[in-house]
Amino acid sequence: MKCRKCGGRAVLELRRHNTAFCADDFQAFFRHHTLETIRRWQMFTREEPVLVAVSGGKDSLALWDVLLEAGYTTAGLYLDLGIFDYSRESKARCQAFAAERGARLIVVAVAETVGAGIPLVEQATRRPTCSACGLSKRYLMNRTALEQGFTVVATGHNLDDEAATLFGSTLRWDEASLARQTPVLEATHPKLVRRVKPLFRLSERETAAYAFLRGIDYIVEECPFARGATSITHKDVLNRLEDASPGSKASFLLTYLDRARPRFQAGDPVELRECARCGQTTTGEVCAFCKLADQVRRHREAAGALSPAGPVAVETDDPAGSRGLVSDLDAASEIHAS
Amino acid sequence: MKVILRNQGKEVQVAGRRRVKDLLTELGVLPETVLVIRGRELLTIDEVVRDEDVVELRPVISGGRS
Repeated sequence: MKCRKCGGRAVLELRRHNTAFCADDFQAFFRHHTLETIRRWQMFTREEPVLVAVSGGKDSLALWDVLLEAGYTTAGLYLDLGIFDYSRESKARCQAFAAERGARLIVVAVAETVGAGIPLVEQATRRPTCSACGLSKRYLMNRTALEQGFTVVATGHNLDDEAATLFGSTLRWDEASLARQTPVLEATHPKLVRRVKPLFRLSERETAAYAFLRGIDYIVEECPFARGATSITHKDVLNRLEDASPGSKASFLLTYLDRARPRFQAGDPVELRECARCGQTTTGEVCAFCKLADQVRRHREAAGALSPAGPVAVETDDPAGSRGLVSDLDAASEIHAS
Repeated sequence: MKVILRNQGKEVQVAGRRRVKDLLTELGVLPETVLVIRGRELLTIDEVVRDEDVVELRPVISGGRS
């Protein structure tokens, strides 16, 4: 198979585009696609510093790499979920990536904020692991961005992630989730930062190929709690469709955003207020994250394991040496109507 | 050839040269779900792999995000 651009040996075929690229031209294609998405969807400007949420996986590190190469001002945010060796290894990947590029990496430990790592949160709250993890990540991304002066958080969600989420929402005809499905979640409150997904038009295989070709040392092993996750099943279904009819995933997602999503946005906007406990946004009196932290605290008290909680340190590998603090255990909120 | 299936944590031996596409079909792997890696290079589905090759099928699917 030959590269469409230069005629050299292709390394990746893109069946949905009916084309193939060599290593160099694929990387150029990937960068162009990402930067064009940022421009066309007005995700952020050249002047805005961007907080990139990194997990140590292929998607977020590929995104950070593209932004750094393009000259954007960025910092990485790694949320340490406390998931045993998986978290240790993924954190090490992020630290190595940042160190190699002289980039700033902020590390926030969920355990120091919620009172326990994600595995114990599940036990304490009986909330599904991925749900508690997602809530914690959205909250900490928003709060850290606000505290560190960022107006936008970029995540590595790709086409497969977004198509699978849409598929799940459609199976339930979950109108609230469908309305929220967008690559740009605007800040609708002073305590919210914009959240954007610059890779949402690039497939999972394409982000993996970019990371491989760039020599990015990402964590290949999946989170142990992801095994058997519904999203994996949805991705499997969509990949079978894609195999039979290339372009199905992109068509499903992009035509939804273009034609159907406006119909789900017609309802009354959600009224946001500030959490009585932490001051971050919520639709109720106390936000979901404060409630989560309370549940964990009660669980630990019952187990006799609670020790006095001091202020929570934010590790930073910032070459400039800036360090910060996020507030105490009670400081928490839900964001973007999780 | 030796085929390393990263997502299953196992290796299998496959005899005889064949196209990557045919190898994936035999192993029941959808092309969209893996990178096919030989040494330091990525292989497209029409490439031919041979007995002396070591081929890694690296999964690209991640999940559990909410």
